Amino acid sequence: MNYQVIHTTQYRYHGRVSLCHNEAHLLPRNSMDQSCLSSRVMVDPIPADYSEREDFFGNRVSYFSIQQPHDRLTVTATSDVNVNDEMGQLACDKDIAWDTVRDQLQTGRTLELLEARQFLLDSPLVHVTPELVAYAEPSFVPGRAILDAVLDLVSRVHVEFSYDPGFTTVSTPLAEVVHNRRGVCQDFAHLAIGCLRAVGLAARYVSGYLETLPPPGQPRLMGADASHAWFSVLVPGVGWLDFDPTNNQMPMGQHITTAWGRDFSDVTPLKGVIFGGGTQHELKVAVDVLRLDGT
Amino acid sequence: MASNPEITDSYSQYVALEGTYDEMCTAKGELREHWTYLIEALRSLGPAEIQARRREATHLLRDDGVTYNIYGDPHGLNRPWALDLVPQLISSEEWAQIEAGLLERAELLSLLLTDIYGPRNVIKKGLVPPELVYAHRGFLRACDQDCLPKDNPLVLYAADVVRRADGAMWVLGDRTQAPSGAGYALENRTVMSRVMPSVFRESHVHRLAFFFRTLRTRLAELAPEEADDPRIVLLTPGPHNETYFEHVYLANYLGYTLVQGSDLTVRDGRVWLKSLGGLEPVDVIWRRVDGHFCDPLELRADSRLGVAGLLEMVRRGTVAVANPIGASALENPGLIPFLPRLAKHFLGHELRLPSAATWWCGQARERDHVLANLHKLVIRPIHRTLDSRLVFGAMLSQAERNALRSRIRAHPHLYIGQEQLSFSTAPVLINGSLAPRRAILRAYLAGTKDSFVVMPGGLTRVAAKPESLMVSNQLGAVSKDTWVLASEPEKRESLWPTSSMTPVDLSGRESLPSRTADDLFWMGRYAERAEQAIRLLRSVFARFNDTAQSGDPIANQCLTVLLRALTHVTVTYPGFVGERDEWELQQTQAQLQDLVLNLERPGTLASTLAAFMEAAYAVRDRVSADTWRVVNAIDEELGRLDVARLDLVGLQQALDRLITGLMALTGLTTESMARALGWHFLDCGRRIERGLQLGALARAALVPVQAKAVEGLVLESVLDAAESLVAYRRRYRSPMDMSTVLDLIMQDETNPRSLVYQITAINGHISTLPQRGRRARSRGHKLSLEASTLLALADTHELAAVPPESGVRGPLDQLLARLDHLLKEISTALTESYFSHVEGPYQLVDTQAEDGET
Repeated sequence: MNYQVIHTTQYRYHGRVSLCHNEAHLLPRNSMDQSCLSSRVMVDPIPADYSEREDFFGNRVSYFSIQQPHDRLTVTATSDVNVNDEMGQLACDKDIAWDTVRDQLQTGRTLELLEARQFLLDSPLVHVTPELVAYAEPSFVPGRAILDAVLDLVSRVHVEFSYDPGFTTVSTPLAEVVHNRRGVCQDFAHLAIGCLRAVGLAARYVSGYLETLPPPGQPRLMGADASHAWFSVLVPGVGWLDFDPTNNQMPMGQHITTAWGRDFSDVTPLKGVIFGGGTQHELKVAVDVLRLDGT
Repeated sequence: MASNPEITDSYSQYVALEGTYDEMCTAKGELREHWTYLIEALRSLGPAEIQARRREATHLLRDDGVTYNIYGDPHGLNRPWALDLVPQLISSEEWAQIEAGLLERAELLSLLLTDIYGPRNVIKKGLVPPELVYAHRGFLRACDQDCLPKDNPLVLYAADVVRRADGAMWVLGDRTQAPSGAGYALENRTVMSRVMPSVFRESHVHRLAFFFRTLRTRLAELAPEEADDPRIVLLTPGPHNETYFEHVYLANYLGYTLVQGSDLTVRDGRVWLKSLGGLEPVDVIWRRVDGHFCDPLELRADSRLGVAGLLEMVRRGTVAVANPIGASALENPGLIPFLPRLAKHFLGHELRLPSAATWWCGQARERDHVLANLHKLVIRPIHRTLDSRLVFGAMLSQAERNALRSRIRAHPHLYIGQEQLSFSTAPVLINGSLAPRRAILRAYLAGTKDSFVVMPGGLTRVAAKPESLMVSNQLGAVSKDTWVLASEPEKRESLWPTSSMTPVDLSGRESLPSRTADDLFWMGRYAERAEQAIRLLRSVFARFNDTAQSGDPIANQCLTVLLRALTHVTVTYPGFVGERDEWELQQTQAQLQDLVLNLERPGTLASTLAAFMEAAYAVRDRVSADTWRVVNAIDEELGRLDVARLDLVGLQQALDRLITGLMALTGLTTESMARALGWHFLDCGRRIERGLQLGALARAALVPVQAKAVEGLVLESVLDAAESLVAYRRRYRSPMDMSTVLDLIMQDETNPRSLVYQITAINGHISTLPQRGRRARSRGHKLSLEASTLLALADTHELAAVPPESGVRGPLDQLLARLDHLLKEISTALTESYFSHVEGPYQLVDTQAEDGET
């Protein structure tokens, strides 16, 4: 399936910004399940400096800086991505127990396992706490197959937490999300990652987009979608498997991955340091995911 | 015991600690051979002479302003640096061994650093557990792959070395981020060679210059392009950092511009210094700012110490940073147990200098060992934080030990246990005799393209107390110069290569960062503000004493006028401006004391002086040693003001001493500062402030109309406060007359205290400053021209006239108000055109990630 993703971010400042430096994780990376056909980032006003590189996790990062005075910044990323929806992710060893995986992570010497060890550790936004250990426990009974256990966790998060876009911001700590049982996709991903790390499994944060299917007979609404987040778990010998706690499912051809890391802080879509501009700004974000014809 | 024992006695009394290696004496109590000359020399100097030299050393250190800041201590800023007069001695033969050991350790760490930010083979091959790299706060993912120089990445490396009971040298830990202390070692050496010149000369001590020359060469080599004369800056976190003195000292010694993060900016794909003349390219940054804080875009978002975009410039190679950002990944005691393996892997052999036995709790067996032996071990987190001092298990209570155990169990990979080494003692001069204290040597290595050069010597520090094993400057440790004794005298070397005999004229490219200009400007303003406040206070005190003694109503009315003026001038409302016409003497006295001493209240003398010190401290790399001595004296006086609530007499004496100090400062800056940009800003600040203060005083005291007799007294006091009384009496020999006084303090071009004199000086300064853009006259220039025109056109007879049926001199008030406005506008114009790019950054997204905090 081919998609076109258009992600627009607009800042309006209350004063003039004389200089800004920005870093964006907006260009989809290639992976086992997708390939990025074309992509570009448009910045308005035109940046004096623009460059792209790969970060520590292999994600694509754009750096740019604007040196002329401005009171508005618009960043538009447009990407065509082919997502593989044929090879089902479920075609794997369902029966391997989660605690076997946990032990392999501790003792294994393969490159895959050694590299995955860093996703067991606390990260800037996800700290394992006794609350997370306790929340994870019912799903991770000894000997349970890893897929079952993670799906159970995912469905509990889906049922027990309410999706509430007004409740959290990017700076809401995980403890508050757990306490209030509400949040958005980013919070649910962090929660699940924390639970998995609490039981000794390697988990990483995935940011990207989701195609929301319009109801039959109605035209698809533009701009209705937002950027999305989920997580993936390492199953040794199989690879990293994705799970979407917000939608209680394993992604199947409708999730477009942009980047992954330990948590949101590694893959923030757009961040920046600005000089001037007052201390207030307004932010507008719009994401369109279109199914391209002919696929 | 004799009160002042001979050094002979003190030596024969010297008792080394039981079971401890002593640097000076053998176990049998005999003097070690390489100490005999020094002890002989001390003996022949005699106790009185030694005390005298010790005092001299203390004075030199104070005069050079050698200080160390103690965190969390309100009096901790500017703590004097403590240097023991007895150096640590190491023989040439032994040093050769230590040197070889340090070299291979540095080379190993350098190879390890290149690997963990490159292929990470050490993890892939199982030589280092992944957590030791990935969970360490110093490992910065943003620096992966292309942020390190292609060859030796470490420019300065330091190791803490101690001697164990058997005499062998062991390494306690490594410093790879931005090792501190090399400058203090250099300063110690400078002082020692001045205080003990003959002992130093005859001891054939290895010199330090070659080490610093290597450092300079290497830093220049790192410049991106083979620029003939790359611009190197030393990046400091600022005056509040514990080793700020050293940053200033090294910048001056090596000839680098001292900058803070806000002095630099990234534009057009490179790093620039924001100087008064515009942007100047920067090629190499020698940093004393921790890696995390270096770039708020990619690293710690809340950092105010770094430069946004810096890391991207490093990645592109348009600027070099030393040590590379991310180098603190090696400041990890958890790596110690893996060093033998790593040495075999990288060097093909084991390390000559052993490290203290260390157990990393990330491994089950090692963790259990640490948990079971907590009482015998030193426990440290794998990364340094300000509150993570090392913990001696033996010194903990049972409850504390349990708490520590559960912290270790929760995050075992973040802790290590280390054997508690009993290290050697060195003799320290205490109350005239020698006593043993535990000693640690911090050794320094400067990188070259493919190896290192070891500083012959280093910074020896000894514990403050006899039994203490904690040697930390934060805990009052004392330092020693470290002498590596050569078998024959060494050729004297200078830091500067002798081959280029023609001095290079750098005056054309002297960089004055905008922030420095800003600080100089305010240093001038605050110094003048303090001086004017003191003069006015002294005049008030004179009237106050007068009134208190005589009870004369006229003097009392004059006092009321002056007290109100004092409130207006110092902007400390409500103060003496209120409904009431008179105050109880008692209340007045209390208010006046508060106006001098209250550090918390803006406008008081104490707070003005504190602001002055803050500005002075931020520019101390621009200030001569003599000038700094005067600044120090003012600071000491300020410190004394703070302690005792002085009575009126004591207060007046303190004011006299302060004004002497401030006048000395003015004299020194006027006489010895080069008439470069810095001076123009300093003096311009001073002139603007003097104009503002004088205008405010005249407005408050002379605009309201008084009875003739009162007016006479007020005029006298105003002249006194404006330092123009003598001039008036000498010139006019007449009773006080309003229009004559106004003429002297406003229009007299020969009076250096008059308004017109200040405006003329400001005008001169402004026309010297660099201009941006093509406009004929800057805004500041236009404003000062308007001010001088207004003054020139004013008629003092008209201004002095008492209008019928009005209690105020309206035209005088309007003129002074306008002048006040113009002077403030000039200050603003200077700020906008020269200092304003000190504008602070802020983040678009605030995620408040607590990076690696546990």
